[in-house]
Amino acid sequence: MMATGSRFILRSCTRRVGVLAWAGLPVFLAAGGAARAGEPGGQIAAVQPAINSGDTAWVLVSAALVMLMTPALAFFYGGLVRRKNMLSVLMQCLMILCLISLQWVVFGYSLSFGPGNSLIGGLNWAFLKGVGMTPNADYAATIPHQAFMIFQMMFAVITPALIIGAFAERMKFSALCVFTLLWATFVYDPVAHWLWGVGGFLRQWGVLDFAGGAVVHINAGMTALAASLVLGRRQGYPDGISPPHNLPFAVLGAGLLWFGWFGFNAGSALGCGSLATGAFVATHIAGATAGVVWALLDWTKHKKPTTLGMITGMIAGLAAVTPASGFVTPMGAICIGIGAGIIPWFAVTYVKALLGYDDSLDAFGVHGVGGIWGVIATGIFASKAVSPAGADGLLYGNPGLLWIQLKAAIITMAYSFVVGFVLLKVVDAFVKVRVGEHEERVGLDLTMHREAAYTVID
Amino acid sequence: MKYIVGIIQPDRLDEVLKRLMDEEIHLVTVSSVVGRGRQKGIAEVYRSHKEQGSLLKKTKLEIAVNEAFVEKTVKAITEGARTGQIGDGKIFILDLQECIRIRTGERGGEAIG
Repeated sequence: MMATGSRFILRSCTRRVGVLAWAGLPVFLAAGGAARAGEPGGQIAAVQPAINSGDTAWVLVSAALVMLMTPALAFFYGGLVRRKNMLSVLMQCLMILCLISLQWVVFGYSLSFGPGNSLIGGLNWAFLKGVGMTPNADYAATIPHQAFMIFQMMFAVITPALIIGAFAERMKFSALCVFTLLWATFVYDPVAHWLWGVGGFLRQWGVLDFAGGAVVHINAGMTALAASLVLGRRQGYPDGISPPHNLPFAVLGAGLLWFGWFGFNAGSALGCGSLATGAFVATHIAGATAGVVWALLDWTKHKKPTTLGMITGMIAGLAAVTPASGFVTPMGAICIGIGAGIIPWFAVTYVKALLGYDDSLDAFGVHGVGGIWGVIATGIFASKAVSPAGADGLLYGNPGLLWIQLKAAIITMAYSFVVGFVLLKVVDAFVKVRVGEHEERVGLDLTMHREAAYTVID
Repeated sequence: MKYIVGIIQPDRLDEVLKRLMDEEIHLVTVSSVVGRGRQKGIAEVYRSHKEQGSLLKKTKLEIAVNEAFVEKTVKAITEGARTGQIGDGKIFILDLQECIRIRTGERGGEAIG
């Protein structure tokens, strides 16, 4: 009876809030437990959690959608750099995709989600030992454990890829490979464990991060800021840098990112039902709202709405709704989208110019600032009426959640910035993170990869 | 022999080509170029960053002609390309030392036509 009940609860909520979900157990047992106990299979599930084909199908498709986001990001970023650096950005994204996939199965997954303490998982699941087809009820009770593992792998991949935006056009490729591995190990894996892993301290505090506002966006965004400081400005920045070489590629990338984001957020329901649907809807609405808001701000300040502004707003909105997507109403998503249009716009327009750092493709301005807003906004707009597995935010009479979210945002910000900064300095001491002046002038495609993205002659 | 270089607004190209054809001037090389003149550039904006030195898109014509065709060429380009707005472009006329038709090896005025 108990176990049947727990199975039901776990199916209907995410692993991110699994601890909180237990609070609803007595309510469930009173309401529907008796009816379900009579169902065929109910008692079998008590012994071994049953795999649900619908849930598994959705999570596997979602993993594929999130995988697509890294090549999508490659084109989003690639379109924004100069012609001579196009391949370098594509190559950085692809190398991260392959490298982190390996890191994840060797020890990354274990450090993030394996049994450990409140700060980091252990090495029990290294080389995917024991991570098989039997569901792990702590995370997702109705899908094979490996489905959860591969879905999470795609998050671990795209997060370091986001940082590329800060150091594009001047990072040495060998340094990028070393830094990415170190960053995944010392920053991504622990932070993922804090918020999502069993025993993680932020998870125990009741921090809500549905699909990675802190784990992915704040984390990558703050290290991006550190990277822009460690590597310094590009030669000629700001006025001597040519405009984006191919905005249509950036639009293609942004469109595919949006598409992939349905897997990112709705997939984080780890099942296919009302929670996934709610996250899907909130995701779409926030992205759309922020796109409109950014366009309007450009229209007001620069007299014309810009294509680059519109897609930047879309991405900022999608990033901001990520931690909130499973917990907010469609109207809450609109409010988050409005904030995501305004706050990153100010960061990119005024703060960057004022402080003079060269966050080349605004990885901090869009993902970092958007993510910070999203994590805080979750503390404002989250509602138990949307997902009983969540919590009520400020608007629903619980200022405590806002405080918890704020603390989580600050802790993540500080950790990613400081450790990201230190790791870059360490790599710099050994292999120099920045390419030489001549290499930067000629472009990274030729100097790092001995290739050219485009031929001039047929 | 003269070598005539015309820099015109891209949207006037079809009109200029038609008028050149009417004057029986067939030899022409066209390329897309960027540049600036009195018109200056239109500042482009990327994530609120204004590009100061942006160059404007123009179309460049290169035409080799015998002396008898110089004024006809100038007339065709001028009339075809003129809108009366700033930025209509320029025509440069250079002396041409030699012209060789690759297929036959003909030289000089014979080779141009």
